[in-house]
Amino acid sequence: MTAAVLQNVLASVGGLPSIEFSSVAPSIILALGGVLLLTVVSVTKDKLPVWFPAVWTISAAVAALCTVFRLWIRVGKWGNLSLISGAVGLDRFSLFVIGTLCVSVVMGALLLEGYLRREDLEGPEWYVLLLLAAAGGTTMAAANDLIVLFIGLEILSIAVYILSAMHRRRMSSLESGLKYFIHGAFASAFLLYGIAMVYGATGSTNLARISTFLADNVITQNGLMLGGIALMLVGFAFKVAAVPFHQWAPDVYQGAPTPVSAFMAAAVKTAAFAGMIRVFVLALGPTYRDEWRPMVLALAVLSLLVGSVMALVQTNVKRMLAYSSIGHAGFILVAVHSSTAMGTSAALFYLLSYTFMVMGSFGVVAVVGRKGDGHHQLSDYRGLGRIRPGLALAFTIFLLAQAGVPLTAGFLSKFYVIRSAIDSGDTALGVVAMLAAVIAAFLYLRVIVAMYFEGEPGDEVAPVKVPAAVSVAIGIALAGTLLLGIVPDPVTHAANEATAELVAPRR
Amino acid sequence: MTAVWLIPALPLLGFVTLVVLGRKFGDPGAGIFAACMVGLSFLGTLGVFAHLLSLPHEERAISQTLFTWISSGSFKVSIGFLADPLSITMCLFITGIGALIHIYSVGYMKGDPKFSKFFVYLNLFVASMLLLVLGDNLLLTFLGWEGVGACSYLLISFWFTDPKNASAGKKAFVTNRVGDFGFMLATFLVWVTLGTVNYEQIRPLAPGLAAGTATAIALLFFLGATGKSAQLPLFVWLPDAMAGPTPVSALIHAATMVTAGVYLLTRLSPIMAEAGWANDVVAWVGALTALVAACAAIAQNDIKKVLAYSTVSQLGYMFLAVGTQSYVAAVFHMITHASFKALLFLGSGSVIHAMAHEQDMRKYGNLRKYLPITYATFMVGWLAIAGIPPLSGFWSKDEILAGVFNAKTFGNLALWVIGMAVALLTAFYMTRQVIMTFFGEEKWRHAEVDAHGHELHADEEDAVDDHDHHHLTPDHTPHESPISMTLPLVVLAGAAAVAGLLNLPFGDPLKFLEHWLEPTIVGEHELPPGWVQALLSLAAVAVAVIGILGARAVYFQKKVDPAKIEKPVFAHAWYIDETYAKFMGGPGETAFEDVAQFDQKIVDGAVNGIAGGTVGLGNRLKGLQTGLVRTYGLGMAIGAVALLAYVVTRIGG
Repeated sequence: MTAAVLQNVLASVGGLPSIEFSSVAPSIILALGGVLLLTVVSVTKDKLPVWFPAVWTISAAVAALCTVFRLWIRVGKWGNLSLISGAVGLDRFSLFVIGTLCVSVVMGALLLEGYLRREDLEGPEWYVLLLLAAAGGTTMAAANDLIVLFIGLEILSIAVYILSAMHRRRMSSLESGLKYFIHGAFASAFLLYGIAMVYGATGSTNLARISTFLADNVITQNGLMLGGIALMLVGFAFKVAAVPFHQWAPDVYQGAPTPVSAFMAAAVKTAAFAGMIRVFVLALGPTYRDEWRPMVLALAVLSLLVGSVMALVQTNVKRMLAYSSIGHAGFILVAVHSSTAMGTSAALFYLLSYTFMVMGSFGVVAVVGRKGDGHHQLSDYRGLGRIRPGLALAFTIFLLAQAGVPLTAGFLSKFYVIRSAIDSGDTALGVVAMLAAVIAAFLYLRVIVAMYFEGEPGDEVAPVKVPAAVSVAIGIALAGTLLLGIVPDPVTHAANEATAELVAPRR
Repeated sequence: MTAVWLIPALPLLGFVTLVVLGRKFGDPGAGIFAACMVGLSFLGTLGVFAHLLSLPHEERAISQTLFTWISSGSFKVSIGFLADPLSITMCLFITGIGALIHIYSVGYMKGDPKFSKFFVYLNLFVASMLLLVLGDNLLLTFLGWEGVGACSYLLISFWFTDPKNASAGKKAFVTNRVGDFGFMLATFLVWVTLGTVNYEQIRPLAPGLAAGTATAIALLFFLGATGKSAQLPLFVWLPDAMAGPTPVSALIHAATMVTAGVYLLTRLSPIMAEAGWANDVVAWVGALTALVAACAAIAQNDIKKVLAYSTVSQLGYMFLAVGTQSYVAAVFHMITHASFKALLFLGSGSVIHAMAHEQDMRKYGNLRKYLPITYATFMVGWLAIAGIPPLSGFWSKDEILAGVFNAKTFGNLALWVIGMAVALLTAFYMTRQVIMTFFGEEKWRHAEVDAHGHELHADEEDAVDDHDHHHLTPDHTPHESPISMTLPLVVLAGAAAVAGLLNLPFGDPLKFLEHWLEPTIVGEHELPPGWVQALLSLAAVAVAVIGILGARAVYFQKKVDPAKIEKPVFAHAWYIDETYAKFMGGPGETAFEDVAQFDQKIVDGAVNGIAGGTVGLGNRLKGLQTGLVRTYGLGMAIGAVALLAYVVTRIGG
């Protein structure tokens, strides 16, 4: 309460927005952690142990996660808040997303640790970028203003562009970074145009104000508004890699260093969907849902079908996972499309589950890629079941989870999504989603078959080394995948409570 | 409280233990351990069975909730078990026959390099199957359903060094996924319309279903059942599944897993009762499958393929019974079939074992001299499946046909005629198999069979059950299998002989199974009056005898050339499989490839083609950039234009 009083006083005195730092602690910890890490390593030069940046990054993410829990309780007591002149919203929705992002940072750092050692790549810069990207993602998740959302998106994207190009000895990594950057620039331009048009139509970039404006006024000349919505949707659809804005994804996922692909699949998708839900479901849901839902429906159906069919014909496992991530984006779009609280919590549950499943999958892929990060053909997985039974078993579980087998996180995420579709009356969409799940199961089967049933015992592949840090990451992913499948209730409840709210800024 | 959960938990414990310690237990330790776990589970089932018997008739259902799995809003799903007469009946034969087959496998798999792994899968299978029947809701059944499917797939491909086995496993997976889609859709439909997926809650709510909805649900579940239980049009995987070890064929592909579809529809009898013409569909599909598969069985030369098609055919009988609301008859036939078909499969395994893993019956003959126990027990199985009284198959088949005769199903008399025809064919192909295997000359002694054997029939190239490559030589002397293999044969022969006692048609008190299952099943069917039944039975016996005599005339007395009967169209099972393969390889695959190529060639292709063809960085980046502008940017622009074009149509509205 004192904080609120102080804020009022400050606001009346100086007109400057007051910043309640404790409420944006997760973003600050992540950003500051990144900057400090860069400072520390450049001051100490090469005197720090190799493990230092990873441990630092994980500590920062865990610290951020702790503040998420604290804020979660606080929000429960005091209700949702809007901070910094209404630019940022503090609610359980944003906290859930921030928590998910922190989890992906922890696993991403662990994967990087093993990866950098194996590839003889130095560099705390990787971790710095990882932390900054996460800080951008958390900003998006909590954004209550289109400009803040855009800034968050750019912080996240630029960091990930660089990360995908960071493996300097791999040509495909450079190519991937460049491709991602150029396409990202396109998408940002679309998004920014859209924001400008919405601003032109409503007179504000603040989501709460946009929402009230649209509720109170009927725009008779709605061309500008609708154009803005369409262009913003293009921007988001690019970031989540929804068809037809997906073409970059397979190339970029395939070319990027594997831990970066993992982070991209998990964290970028999570942050982008969080932003999308805030804008479309929350701000535009009550008034313009009839306009944007058909577009999202088209994206969802296309992503589901193209993602699962295309994944089937791939022979490169990273590419396969990229297409399957397009299919997963289709699933989450189904949840967004329902535009209900049930849909939002289904999306949140899906994003957390997917973070575990996909980071675990890419973790295995990173290890099997072996030195040089080049062994990603399906044939490179032959006989893995014999050589590394543990790794093969973990991969099997991740793949089964992605296919949606019961008692794994994947089943319930799909279940909740389809339920939200049927609940909002879109039975046909639910059926399409189920069909996509059935088709996609074949692709996971192909990998499992390669691991267990192909290859003569004679043709041994080059040894696969699993670094300790990577096995921890895979362990976390495995635990998450199974726990969410077997005892989903705590997370289900959290996701159900994680409703977002647009709190108008105090005047 | 009776510990129902122990029934699936014991094999599951066996599975976990064997995963960790399997190699240490070794051969035969791992097998004996696995068999013990299933045996203990059988004892546990007996305990629950006794407990249920001690309860009054209407209260015979124990439901046990372990914990709440999903609870969100009004929707709750528990991990819970329902032990009622239906599920316990299933459990009794799953664990009973399962234990026997485990014991048999200890002998059969002896010396296999992956001995302990085999039992890992086998225990996991039993646990999944028990979960399937004991689960108190559709989701848990689905979990078991997927579990048994996965184990089946793993075990079909067990000897994966042969690519044919792996491809057979894939086929099983693919066809079953088609069926699973139906199961998933139906489950959602049940949940949306009834608000629950729990069987005990479905039961009172089902009569409130609209006829159209109930029909849709029933048809979708039946689609699931056609996959798992190998019915038209999805039966093609089962004959190929014989690539797996013979005990697997006996346990999974004859006695237990393939009956899951019958169990599912029986469990959902409250919904089936509302489902109108869906029942006619079930009955007709069942009858036609029975006929198609029985025809195929008369022209097979692989000893296991005869039994595989026979299984498909007998499963058809069960669906015929389900479709005519004779659920008790369906379960009755499920039990008798489980015992005699497991017996026949294990018997064929014993023959294969003795004949250096040769599965072609044209190289057998006169084996009764060398394999006396296998021969004697096989005779029991033969007469049981052929429908000769007083062996078990006669009673259950008779009950199904009597039910069909009197059913209100569309075209019930035609169904009855088909059923009788199948009975004749069954007696015929089983007699053919028995004569080719156990009687006549010792054909493997004539080398010329080998010489032009391959030109006799096209199924020569079919996968053979050979994990070690001995060859059948003319001087080969078959030996009877070890006691671990013959003992289960003897026990199963006993069961196959007397299982008919469960439900004798002579008066109400003798119909034990019917009274036992009564509280769990909804649906009325009336049997014809006693004298009609007696006449029908006489006709059935007559038909069976004709089948046997016919086969004797052809294969023993050689009055007719077998080629006149074994038409290629039968050997190829009406070319259904080939048609699928043609379609999947032809138009289906082309369509699929087209979709893929559009994205790959038109959209991605320019970039990859250029990037792939060049080496230097400069060239690479150049190619990359032109590719970007031309293709990727274009794709995005088209998408953006499409969205904008859409919103333009909304302007002003």
